[in-house]
Amino acid sequence: MNDMAEAGAAQQTSKIGPPFWLLAELTYRCPLHCVYCYNPVDFASTAEELSTEDWFRVLREARELGSVQCGFSGGEPMLRDDLELIVAEASRLGYYTNLLTSGVGLTEKRIAALKEAGLAHIQLSFQDSTREVNDFLSSTRTFDLKRRAADMIKAHGYPMVMNCTIHRHNIDHIEAILQLASDIDAEYVELANTQYYGWAQVNRDQLLPSREQLERAERITNEWRAKHGNKMKLFFVVPDYYETRPKKCMNGWGNIFLTITPDGKALPCHTARMLPGLEFPSVRDMSIREIWYESEGFNRYRGTGWMKEPCSSCPEKEKDFGGCRCQAYMVANDPAAADPVCDKSPFHHKIAEAVALAQQPGNPAQVKPLIFRGPKESLELNRPF
Amino acid sequence: MTITTETVPKVGRNFRIQWESAQDAWVLLYPEGMVKLNQSAGEILKRCDGSACVADIVADLETTFNTQGLEGDVIGFIELAVQQKWVE
Repeated sequence: MNDMAEAGAAQQTSKIGPPFWLLAELTYRCPLHCVYCYNPVDFASTAEELSTEDWFRVLREARELGSVQCGFSGGEPMLRDDLELIVAEASRLGYYTNLLTSGVGLTEKRIAALKEAGLAHIQLSFQDSTREVNDFLSSTRTFDLKRRAADMIKAHGYPMVMNCTIHRHNIDHIEAILQLASDIDAEYVELANTQYYGWAQVNRDQLLPSREQLERAERITNEWRAKHGNKMKLFFVVPDYYETRPKKCMNGWGNIFLTITPDGKALPCHTARMLPGLEFPSVRDMSIREIWYESEGFNRYRGTGWMKEPCSSCPEKEKDFGGCRCQAYMVANDPAAADPVCDKSPFHHKIAEAVALAQQPGNPAQVKPLIFRGPKESLELNRPF
Repeated sequence: MTITTETVPKVGRNFRIQWESAQDAWVLLYPEGMVKLNQSAGEILKRCDGSACVADIVADLETTFNTQGLEGDVIGFIELAVQQKWVE
């Protein structure tokens, strides 16, 4: 009987694929203060960061399960003095290693050490094509430094992704942003429309672009593609607020994606720690295998069995898995509800209201000031989003 | 780019090919992405090391798999791989 139960459990487990993508958020500390950061608003109240040895164990256990893409992110991962050691261990284990950085702290010495450690790729973020907006939105003076970081990345022979988060205050600069990406010789450029989580949710009404702005940006991106071919690969991440069907969030809950937060929580997406009534395991207490296959946190919203109406009878339920659980919680106050971006959701009007507000001319940040990400603001706000 | 038997293909500089036992397959890795290769694609690409020409690769494959007449398929695949930048 026991044997049969075990065989049944093994069969169940084998249907769940490996966590191909491991995102190691090494720290929430960051020299930038971006108004659209997806980190939890209350990041300053989280527990102590994982040690070097903890990260080695996480990397080893995830690799054993089949993880192969590994991203080092944050906060600003360059703030970890042991970054080179962690990257070296990941390379040794056979991961393809990606560093997601603002460029702050990237020196000639460290970039050479990271190359030596086997780092495969660097994604460099810019806030805008202009010094003025870049420095304003990150509340730093970092534009010139980023240009120098880009030169260093290329000089050391890394492939480079330039990432720029797009919103109401820089979307009209899209052509100049593409030109900047081309000037710094990026192989890939991600024009990532802001997704409204964490600090971006706090500042949502000030950041959401108008439909006219969005359509213009999409048109210019397509014209750029047509004119320049695929020398530089362009990704335009559409803002889901302007859609009528939700995104297939994280390609499905607990499907391929595993995030480990700086303090060791294992999450099916970067923002899931905000969800109520769901305890996510810590890598301090549980192995990656148990976390991925057996924990309640990872099994709760896997597949389609958990769905309510309108999702459970929807013919598209396998296509988008009901969208994003965090957005359902933030907007519909129920993590098991349909993502309110979907026009079948009874809460879709809340998205429509935000979109309607964004059509008004002018700068909403002059009415309601932007809140910049920082430890002081984090402690004052003291809430997840 | 026209592929002939003398062309010396090499996996693109921003790609890495490796065997993944968890997937029982060769995969191609690149910034923030992965392509799982089927058996024939994997066997061809792992031989694109920048020293063997297409004729060498075809001969090696025909010996390894005890078969003949692979030239057309190999050239066709490499042409496709060049378009994808997997091979340069």
